[in-house]
Amino acid sequence: MFVRVQRLLVAGTLAAASALAPGGVLAQEAVKIGLILPMTGGQASTGKQIDNAVKLYMQQHGDSVAGKKIEVILKDDATLPDNTKRLAQELIVNDKVNIIAGFGITPSALAAAPLATQAKVPEVVMAAGTSIITERSPYIVRTSFTLGQSCTIIADWAVKNGIKKVATLTSDYAPGNDALNFFKEHFVAGGGQIVEEVKVPLQNPDFAPFLQRMKDAKPDAMFVFVPAGQGGSFMKQYAERGLDKAGIKVIGPGDVTDDDLLKDMGDPVIGTVTAHLYSAAHPSAKNKEFVAAYKKAFNQRPGFMAAGGYDGMNLIYEALKKTGGKADGDSLIAAMKGTAWESPRGPISIDPETRDIVQNIYIRKVEKVDGELYNVEFETFNAVKDPGKTKK
Amino acid sequence: MTSILTNLFDGVAYGMLLFVLACGLAVTLGLMNFVNLAHGAFAMAGGYVCAVLVNQRGWPFFAGLPLAFVASAAIGAALERILYRHLYARSHLDQVLFSIGLAFMSVAAVDYFMGSSRVFINLPPALEGQLDVFGVGVGRYRLMIIVICGVLTALLQLILARTRFGSRLRAAVDDPRAASGLGINVPQVFAFTFAFGCGLAGLGGALSAEILGLDPYFPLKFMIYFLIVVTVGGSSSITGPFLASLLLGIGDVAGKYYVPKMGPFVIYTIMIVILIWRPNGLFGRTAAR
Repeated sequence: MFVRVQRLLVAGTLAAASALAPGGVLAQEAVKIGLILPMTGGQASTGKQIDNAVKLYMQQHGDSVAGKKIEVILKDDATLPDNTKRLAQELIVNDKVNIIAGFGITPSALAAAPLATQAKVPEVVMAAGTSIITERSPYIVRTSFTLGQSCTIIADWAVKNGIKKVATLTSDYAPGNDALNFFKEHFVAGGGQIVEEVKVPLQNPDFAPFLQRMKDAKPDAMFVFVPAGQGGSFMKQYAERGLDKAGIKVIGPGDVTDDDLLKDMGDPVIGTVTAHLYSAAHPSAKNKEFVAAYKKAFNQRPGFMAAGGYDGMNLIYEALKKTGGKADGDSLIAAMKGTAWESPRGPISIDPETRDIVQNIYIRKVEKVDGELYNVEFETFNAVKDPGKTKK
Repeated sequence: MTSILTNLFDGVAYGMLLFVLACGLAVTLGLMNFVNLAHGAFAMAGGYVCAVLVNQRGWPFFAGLPLAFVASAAIGAALERILYRHLYARSHLDQVLFSIGLAFMSVAAVDYFMGSSRVFINLPPALEGQLDVFGVGVGRYRLMIIVICGVLTALLQLILARTRFGSRLRAAVDDPRAASGLGINVPQVFAFTFAFGCGLAGLGGALSAEILGLDPYFPLKFMIYFLIVVTVGGSSSITGPFLASLLLGIGDVAGKYYVPKMGPFVIYTIMIVILIWRPNGLFGRTAAR
């Protein structure tokens, strides 16, 4: 009789404990990351790369850190900033995520910024590249790049390498204008001359007339920024129009020769010189391992978007290690500031003042390596900060 | 001077391409009085069929093109029999809602099966690069488009004007009741015409992959262009949309070249001006219907 009661009591407490567990214990143990990416729509390739890289990182590093289980909730914003905002709100309010991350395009990152500030939730920008983003909220950290970083460097390089007349072709939206302005400023200051300036609509079906204008302007080189994904069609039409034979070189930030698409661009792209943060051909052990693992898992080459996603996850893991698992916004942001590590792209760090990325920018030339096209790095500019902020 | 000619050439090629893509829509809208906003989906289907055959199965490009036509025509014929014919007698609003829904479904389906990134069709080397004709740069691929589309247009005009089928079609359009009273199988004529229009769109889709780019959003991205061609050209003949396509193609290319800042607006400005001047389109019949 007595024994029975005791058993009942034990069973009862056990039941009570297990009933409490999902609410009580897990809420403390799990760190939720809301990953908002364009998985469909114009920038879907960006979303897929980042999603892949995040998965790969978690495969390699396990799904728990500092005693916390990491849980990623992926949402598709279809490249529409309105969706990004709604999804970010749902993730913060309903799913109670500790961190929001991803953001394929600048308007998406900006749309989520006020929410990050209000809810004190860190926003890890893994793709968007306009300079102003990190200034829009004290909770924004970036692991991708800013266009200013590559564009000022390619401008300086062009001046040094005897390119005097340049025609520019940039997509008509915030990052395109950023790219153009940073390039122009440095190139003109170095004594170069812009002979033609064309902004193409973002949803542009046909580059032909713009390219003809470039050709007729007879520049030494043309500076090109189109969003990752449009580079393929641009290079095809560039070759079709015979600009390569007319001796007009393509220079620009590396979006136009994104590793994602480079393989299928064909030989006319050989010789294109770009400045960028990541190449799948970066000769470091860390990168070789990253490329091999990525290829094995997803059967394609990682591009710079994948690097941004991979490093974003690393930043989150490192920050959690520093805080010992404390996952509130202020502690995480404080821990992220100044974090430095070896990324597949080379050594990088988070600027403690601007929360923006500091990284090497490489000058690369497209060459054929083992029968495949690669961006081969031949000059390095160390620890480049975002020129949009150092100016002030 | 040479750049003017190159631009003119590019414009004509672009216009011809628009025509092949849109003339099926002119037929369904103008001749059959059916608003088919899913027209671009048939073009996309043709493009993807050609891409799969050429890139994955290793077919030569010129064998893939007719297959794009056949596949789109077959899909068109099947859908016409299963879905479209029930809507002929319905209001235009019903037709618009139905067909736009179909367009969205096609976008989602292609995105699911083929992925959302842009697809290129491997071209034979003979079609790459530019020819130099008296100093004027002439793109080989665009030249091929002009040849193919020019021949098609001439054929279409001949079929419509000279053959028995053409006169049946015109009769069925002018007065379906009288035509069926004379023993013309009107539903069959419409079904055939619809399938043929879809086939042309499929061919256009395959041809445009190189120039306009082929991705799952094709039907939505270019719907506006097709509608402009049909509204500006008027939908009562083939010549109207043909000239409208050329006008828009040349206008668009010239606008982007000479006033790049205004580029994308030129084509819409042309449309507005023409529609104010002639509300039924350049060659529209005055509200006879």
